[in-house]
Amino acid sequence: MTVIATPRDYGLLGRDAKIAEEMGLASAQWYQCPMPRKRLKELMQRRNAPAIGDTLVWFASFIITAGFAIYFWPSWISLPFFLAYGVLYGSSTDSRWHECGHGTAFKTRWMNDAVYYIACFMIMREPTVWRWSHTRHHTDTIIVGRDPEIAIMRPTVIAKVILSFFAIPQTWAAIKSMIGHAVGRVTPEEATFIPEMERSKVYLVSRVTLVIHLAVIAFSIKIGSILPMLFIGPLPTMYGAWVHVMTGLTQHGGLAENVLDHRLNSRTVYMNPVLRFIYWNMNYHIEHHMFPMVPYHALPALHEELKPYMPPPATSVFAAYREIIPAILRQAREPLWHIEPKLPTGVSPVVSPME
Amino acid sequence: MSQWIEVCGVDDIDEEDVMRFDHKGQTFAIYHSPDHKFYATDGLCTHEKVHLADGLVMDHIIECPKHNGRFDYRNGAAKGAPACVNLKAYPVRVEAGKVMIDLGA
Repeated sequence: MTVIATPRDYGLLGRDAKIAEEMGLASAQWYQCPMPRKRLKELMQRRNAPAIGDTLVWFASFIITAGFAIYFWPSWISLPFFLAYGVLYGSSTDSRWHECGHGTAFKTRWMNDAVYYIACFMIMREPTVWRWSHTRHHTDTIIVGRDPEIAIMRPTVIAKVILSFFAIPQTWAAIKSMIGHAVGRVTPEEATFIPEMERSKVYLVSRVTLVIHLAVIAFSIKIGSILPMLFIGPLPTMYGAWVHVMTGLTQHGGLAENVLDHRLNSRTVYMNPVLRFIYWNMNYHIEHHMFPMVPYHALPALHEELKPYMPPPATSVFAAYREIIPAILRQAREPLWHIEPKLPTGVSPVVSPME
Repeated sequence: MSQWIEVCGVDDIDEEDVMRFDHKGQTFAIYHSPDHKFYATDGLCTHEKVHLADGLVMDHIIECPKHNGRFDYRNGAAKGAPACVNLKAYPVRVEAGKVMIDLGA
């Protein structure tokens, strides 16, 4: 079947934003699998121990990889330590930003906030802006014109997807955004999801962040070495981004837009323990979207509970990309085409009011 | 003017939990606190109209199930983004094992 390509308008103030509202896709009721309240309550319980343990290992990993990288610098032997440090800095921070932003990683509020701010700095996301943008992502997941966090827009621009593995478009956007916020401006699109009362925080944090980045650059110049900039700032965010982009694109890549059933627009992927540590179990992505207040450490148990209603998970990252790559290549030509996950027999999907 | 109505029995809500109660087109959240008291607020989160009864009660905080909006259910106070507007709280009393709320408050 030939699908006629129609341009999408992903802008939050554009044509598709209005269409989404008119069609009842904005702030809509989403499908949820049946789940006994008692069991859900058990799974939602907060604990400090798992995240404290993970965070101690996380901090230790930073110290060890940075220590060896400095020790062997400028020899080539330092390279693998920089690569490992980069993945910690530019990739594992994505999941820490995410989980602590939801407030579910730790039971103690200040611990969530502390790790959230550290992770935001490293991955170059302004904490308040991204808290609100992610709130919208959960309200209107992959609804065109509503969701500000759609990673692969259609028709697919393949070069942009490739560059995103090195965080080039993201870092460029982050720098422009940081400067704009530091001078006291939010964009008209940001204004659609950040309340007025929250904006002063955006400006303050951006100014502090900008000063830290400039101080690192100044220090590098003063000592005549690039070394400080390889550890703090946009460079490690970029050279370490590839793992979080690799895992992140599996979340929704190639799947449907404008539906109200997370089983049709999100993907669960089985991953090895190392990736799950870096990614804090966000590979259970359908489950996370359906019940976002379940902490990362309880997602495997939630996955088991919901299995009878779910499409089969991708068995590995490789398996996920075996369907994502052909899909996004096809979406470069046919933006309306998407992967249709196979739901268990007798389980019906909730389709979009647009279909 | 007071308008007390019966909501549920005291045993209908677990300790440190919440229950939804609908009445004449309005929805409420009824809470049983860890210190054995009962409270009532409007039932929908002020951020995005999600039912708070599907959320998690931790001590005296109700957390919205969708976006982590948090409120002190004893007085409805919003405790942080994305919840920025307070919930309306209602007087509650317990009579003969029944939880009553005052909708006229």
